[in-house]
Amino acid sequence: MKGLKFILAGIFFGIIMVKSEAVSWYRIQEMFRFQSFHMYGIIGTAVIVGATSVYLIKKFRLKDVQGLPITFKDKEKSWKKYLIGGSIFGLGWALTGACPGPMFVNIGYGYLPMILVVLGALAGTYLYGLVRDKLPH
Amino acid sequence: MLDILRQPWHWYISGLAIAFIMVLLLFYGKSFGFSSNLRTICTIAGAGKRVKFFDFDWRTQKWNLLFLIGSVLGGVISATLLKNDEPLKLSEATILDLQNLGITFDGDLNPSQIFGLAEFYSLKNLLILIVGGVLVGFGTRYAGGCTSGHAISGLSNLQIPSLVAVIGFFAGGLIMTHLLFPLIF
Repeated sequence: MKGLKFILAGIFFGIIMVKSEAVSWYRIQEMFRFQSFHMYGIIGTAVIVGATSVYLIKKFRLKDVQGLPITFKDKEKSWKKYLIGGSIFGLGWALTGACPGPMFVNIGYGYLPMILVVLGALAGTYLYGLVRDKLPH
Repeated sequence: MLDILRQPWHWYISGLAIAFIMVLLLFYGKSFGFSSNLRTICTIAGAGKRVKFFDFDWRTQKWNLLFLIGSVLGGVISATLLKNDEPLKLSEATILDLQNLGITFDGDLNPSQIFGLAEFYSLKNLLILIVGGVLVGFGTRYAGGCTSGHAISGLSNLQIPSLVAVIGFFAGGLIMTHLLFPLIF
């Protein structure tokens, strides 16, 4: 089954999110209050190791499992949508303590009220699709 | 071995593991970004018939939905096989700050005051969960990604737009935490 590797990667991701405590509402509060290095350490390490990996993949023109070259898409050049959209996301991140991944991990962990956050996020995504053309990007 | 896995992981182990997931997905020919799933689910629910933004072939995102299903299972495994019973080591300063807002630190991952099943029925909590979710969903799609797509994948690829998005994440988070929390709680 071709999809199994993605399920396994997802399982590992879910376990990392819990064991790193990145799914914790308390940890997100601690981060936004600058009262611990914990979350900064996680994100910082991930970015340093990630950036080194991306550099090496590009330098040695590495290929994926299907033998195709690994390519990277540049993000659209703009700042409005990133700053405004990002800030709106940040408001919700601090309030619910959950970004999109951890919402689902939390449901699996047993925090069933997080289902409401997911429903809200789906509604928010739909709302964005509705008003997209009227927003500055 | 299980005992080691059960404990909370040090931040550098966690950071390494997250980078590993990103690189693994690159070698699978995919790009790590979780919030795209929200758009895909809207499309599967039929949103593409009414709104053009959702009119795309969701099968191209099937791998990401499988990743999502896996992440839920990962949560289940962490709460059972890999369950850690020790209280979270939150900083004293945060515990005190939250106490001043009337939120008690109970040692779990999330405060039962907001995420407990018994407290679920208070109107205030319902609003916090739903409005918070709407902000996350609207904001991530507007910004074209969330923590995984921008803070991890984007910054690793040295994308300035992702840096702007991450600055936005923090601007919003700081406003909510320092200006709005005292009004909400």
